[in-house]
Amino acid sequence: MDLYRENILDHYKHPRNFGHLEGAFVTSEEINVSCGDRIVIDVRLKQGKTPTIEEIRFSGEGCAINQASASMLTEKVTGMNVVDVLNLTLADVEALLGTQLTPSRVKCALLPLEAIHKAVQFVR
Amino acid sequence: MFDPKIIQKDFPHLKRTIHGKRIVYLDSTATSLKPQQVIDKENEYYTKYNANVFRGIYTTSEEATAEYEKAREITATFIGAASSDEIVFTRNTSESINLVAYSFMLDVWASGDRVLTTIMEHHSNFVPWQQLGSGRGIDVDIWYTDKNGLLDMKALEKLVTKKTKLVAVTAASNVLGTINPVKEIVRTVKHLNPKCLVLIDAAQAVPHMPVDVGDWGADFVAFSSHKMLGPTGIGVLWGRRELLEDMKPFNYGGDMISEVHIDRTVFKKAPHKFEAGTPHIAGVIGFGAAVEYLTALGMDHVRAHEQELVTYAIEQFSQVEGLDFVGPKRADVRGGVFACVMKQAHPHDIAQLLNEDNICIRAGNHCAMPLHDYLHVASTARASFYVYTTKADIDMLVEGLLKVQKIFS
Repeated sequence: MDLYRENILDHYKHPRNFGHLEGAFVTSEEINVSCGDRIVIDVRLKQGKTPTIEEIRFSGEGCAINQASASMLTEKVTGMNVVDVLNLTLADVEALLGTQLTPSRVKCALLPLEAIHKAVQFVR
Repeated sequence: MFDPKIIQKDFPHLKRTIHGKRIVYLDSTATSLKPQQVIDKENEYYTKYNANVFRGIYTTSEEATAEYEKAREITATFIGAASSDEIVFTRNTSESINLVAYSFMLDVWASGDRVLTTIMEHHSNFVPWQQLGSGRGIDVDIWYTDKNGLLDMKALEKLVTKKTKLVAVTAASNVLGTINPVKEIVRTVKHLNPKCLVLIDAAQAVPHMPVDVGDWGADFVAFSSHKMLGPTGIGVLWGRRELLEDMKPFNYGGDMISEVHIDRTVFKKAPHKFEAGTPHIAGVIGFGAAVEYLTALGMDHVRAHEQELVTYAIEQFSQVEGLDFVGPKRADVRGGVFACVMKQAHPHDIAQLLNEDNICIRAGNHCAMPLHDYLHVASTARASFYVYTTKADIDMLVEGLLKVQKIFS
C-alpha cells in the first residue's frame, strides 16, 4: 500500500497541468515501449539570461506512478530556470512521490522527467 | 488422480514465503516453475556424469551422451514425431524459428513471395519474417482475428495464394488465450497451395495440451523447455525429416561436422548438424525429466485441469466490476491465460498492488505489440495458469483485483 498513498492517487485521479498549450514554445514526446505508456509535454518559456518555464502541460496515458509523477513534476518545474530543471534526477522524483521505487517502476516515474528534459535540453 | 495441491508439493518455489505470505504464481505463460525432479536431474549431470557429449570414450562421457540423446527420444515420443532425428535442440522458441528462417526460407525465397502470419503472434513468430522478408521483396500478410479473438477459416482461403511460401501461425495465443485449430489450418493451407510450408509456434500449446505433430501435418513446430517445467535455455525445433536433411546448418563450428579439410567440410546429418558447439547438456537432460513429468501427469489431464480453471476464472471475474479480458469467452477454445483490462486501473498498478500479496502476474504487451495495437489497448494485466494452479489461487487473484478496484474507484 505504501506506493499508493493518498497524494499519489490524488494526483493520478486529478492531474494538475493536464492538457495542451496552444502555441507552445517547445514540445516533446516520450514512449515507454515495454508498457505502451506515452507522455507529451508542452512548454512555454520566459526568455531571460537563463530561460525559465512559464507554463507547462502534459498529456498521454500511463499508470498511477507515471501520471502522478508527471502531475507533481509539472507543478515543481513551473517557474524554474531550465538549468535547474535539467539537474533534476530520480532522487527528486522520489522525493516528490514520497516513496522509493522498485527497479521495475523507476521507468514509469522517470518518463515525465525524461520528456521534460528532452523539451528544454537545447534551450539554455 | 490429477490434484494440483499434490502437484504443488513437487515445486520448491511454492514453498517460499515473502513477508510471511505464500507465493501465488500466475505467470506461467512467461515461464513455468520447475519441479524438484527437473532440478535434481539437471544437478545429476553436474554431479555424476559431467562430461562433454559425443567425444569421450570414457564411461561418464558415454553416460552423458546417452542421457542427452535419451531426452531427444523422450521429446520425440511426447509430440508424436516419427523419429528422434526430427528433434533439434536450440536455445528457445525464437531461435527455433530463426533457424527455419535462416537455414531454410532464405534459400527458397524469391522476390514476390509472401509469408502469411496472424495478428496474435508473439514477436518471436513475427519479427523474423518482417525483418528477413523486407529488402528481399517478401511481403508479410496478416490474418486478423474476429471480434471474439478467433481466426476466421473462411478468411484463410483468400489469404493463401500461389505466392505464399510459408504460413507461420501460433497454436495458442499467449495473450488472447485462443487455441487455434492447427490441423484444420494446415489442411486448408495445403489444399490451397500444396507447396506452401506451415510453421507452428507451439510454445503455448505443447506445455498445455496433447500435441501430435504427425496429426497436425505441419512442416515445422517450435517450442520451449522453460514454459513446460524444464530449464531455461533450451528450445525445440521439430521438422519433417526430409526438410531437415535438405536444410543448410544454422551455425557452423564444433560438433556439427563429420569431416573438416582445409578446403571443405562435410556436415553431420540432422539433427546434429544444427547443434553447433557444446550444447546446454544439463538443460537438455533436465528437459527430458520435465517431459517425463508431464507424460506421467498425462496431457489430457493437464488440458482438462486448465479448462476447468478457465471456466472457474470466467465465472469469478464477473464479480469484479469494470474488469474485462481479451479473447474468446469460451473455455473450450481457450487456454489458461487471461490478459485483462480494468476501468481506471492501469495494468502496472494492478500488477504492483497484487504483488503486495505475492500474486505474480505480468503487465505489459507480452511480446505482442501488433495485437495490442489491433485491440486498441496500450497494455494488459495477464494472469496465467498451469498444472500447479488451484482454484484457491484464482480466489486470491479475484480478492486482489477487488482490492485494486476499491483503491482506484
